[in-house]
Amino acid sequence: MMALPRDYWQGVRDGMPFILVIVPFGAVFGVVATEAGLNLAQVMGFTVLVIAGAAQFVAVQMMVDNAPVLIVLAASLAVNLRMAMYSASLAPHLGRISWWKRGMVSYFMVDQAYAASILKYENTPEMRAGQKLAYYMGIVTPICPLWYLSTWAGAVLGTAVPAGLPIDFAVPITFLALIIPMLRTAAHVVAALVSIIGVLVFAFVPFNLGLLIAALLAMMAGAEVERRMTAKRAA
Amino acid sequence: MSFTTAQIWTIIIGLGLGSYLLRLSFLGIIGNRDLPEWVLRHLRYTAVAGMPGMITPLILFPQATGGSLDAVRLGAAFATIAISLWTRNATLTIFGGAAVLFALHFALG
Repeated sequence: MMALPRDYWQGVRDGMPFILVIVPFGAVFGVVATEAGLNLAQVMGFTVLVIAGAAQFVAVQMMVDNAPVLIVLAASLAVNLRMAMYSASLAPHLGRISWWKRGMVSYFMVDQAYAASILKYENTPEMRAGQKLAYYMGIVTPICPLWYLSTWAGAVLGTAVPAGLPIDFAVPITFLALIIPMLRTAAHVVAALVSIIGVLVFAFVPFNLGLLIAALLAMMAGAEVERRMTAKRAA
Repeated sequence: MSFTTAQIWTIIIGLGLGSYLLRLSFLGIIGNRDLPEWVLRHLRYTAVAGMPGMITPLILFPQATGGSLDAVRLGAAFATIAISLWTRNATLTIFGGAAVLFALHFALG
């Protein structure tokens, strides 16, 4: 057996708490999609091929509403536009590994994998690209198989998940736990505030594009604060 | 739901393929190229620029309550932020936030 590097196991450990988020989320998707009228192969098709819970929920909800196929696709893809943001953010760290490894990283690019690895990369700039990849694959090891399995269990066991529990809130809690430690400098705090205000101001923009506008403005705000602070320090 | 099997699979495969291309976009295109400093400076803020905006509506207008402010979720969000600032540990924060969420749910719900 090939020995797996230390960074891989560090990733596995850091990925463990996400099980708490993934399992209920996946199970609820399995239940909801089955009740909407999808068969087991279709439910698993979503979970394995799309591997993005929020977009899957949007697609199934719009299918229940009998929206046209193209509208279902446009709305659910809009939810996943953030993945392009993740891809841009990971590119400086993982852009130099071989093409098939980048293809593999892309398939497993779920919210938790992105958020946990970017936090690690930012706090440990001395990591090499290979170590970063090993850490990333460690993170997804407990997450992705359990995502498939819990969706399958939800689809098969159906309505055994108690109704009315606030499990929708597992996602915001996880994200807060990952964002707060990132607010290390004034530039990061400014970017986060612009992001929050921007998404509220641009809430009227359709297809979830308000988030994209807010994120672009927040990036520019963060970069500008950093530039000014660096200039002041140099002066 | 009134979709044919072909339509359902069109949606599944279309969404799967589209999502994959979004994930691959920058990682695939940029590859080995060197990026100018100003681009890197912007990319340093992608995480902290995207994630707060993504969860703000989920915290303030949860779909589960029909979009109205909810004491259980708002309380759990504040508790999660407090635990994070206090412990500086993501695992403890997630477990702590979930514990407060369910405690408030059963106390107030």
